[in-house]
Amino acid sequence: MKQSLMPLLSGLLFGLGLGWSQMIDRDRVLGFLDVTGVWDPTLLFVLGGAVTMTVIAFRFVLRRSQPLWVETFHLPTKKDIDRPLVIGSAIFGVGNCRILPWPRHHRFSLGNWQSSLVCRGSDCWLPGLSEVFNDVRTKAKF
Amino acid sequence: MASFNWVTAFGGGILIGISATLLLAFNGRIAGISGIVNGAITFTKTEVWRWWFLIGLLLGGMLYEYGFALQPTPRSTFAPVAMVIGGFLVGFGTRMGSGCTSGHGVCGLGRLSLRSLVAVITFMITAMLTVWMVRHGLGLNL
Repeated sequence: MKQSLMPLLSGLLFGLGLGWSQMIDRDRVLGFLDVTGVWDPTLLFVLGGAVTMTVIAFRFVLRRSQPLWVETFHLPTKKDIDRPLVIGSAIFGVGNCRILPWPRHHRFSLGNWQSSLVCRGSDCWLPGLSEVFNDVRTKAKF
Repeated sequence: MASFNWVTAFGGGILIGISATLLLAFNGRIAGISGIVNGAITFTKTEVWRWWFLIGLLLGGMLYEYGFALQPTPRSTFAPVAMVIGGFLVGFGTRMGSGCTSGHGVCGLGRLSLRSLVAVITFMITAMLTVWMVRHGLGLNL
């Protein structure tokens, strides 16, 4: 029970932070990525604020031998810059724009914050299917 | 679009940083949203915390939008197919590259991970190139 409380609170703060910083507005994110258009620096400041916080606070947290409510820290163990890291991140970058061309009359209106939360928040549709693909990739050693 | 506000951007970013810090300090977990979603869909009892985080995330977004937002977050139209394809690339890319903006960006940079720095630079570049290609190369106002 207690172990579920902090994820709920943490998620709540994360959602509030995304809202307050306007990162639930797709045009803000695209505005940052559109470096040759009317550039919007919002995302840079959001990431700056978040990383400033984590760089400082993680020092103190990771100095402890274990977390407050569970036995161990679950941290990534890989250290090397390998091909999956770079190729996967490159694919993620392309998908993250979510502005692939599509005829206008085929569009439907979906509330921006809902769709952004579904996308940005759950990062994203079809995670199950993509996981299957990823298994195939691992087996094929791509 | 409302003008750029560095206070809410940086403040929202700090909230996100606090959220990530709490999850690490209490539950020993990295607040990487794509990773949380990926683990959540295994539906095992030890991974229930992931669902609490995601519920909190949605509630936080709603709380902002209906409770604190001075003006409603602008809505824009989406091509559903673009969302699904984009989402698929996000799901696949983040699993292959072991993280997204929150996992590599907020948490990885907070841990001063070189892998995460490479990932962030990679997905920012491909995202910017995609936006450039769609908006300025193809001239689509998406």
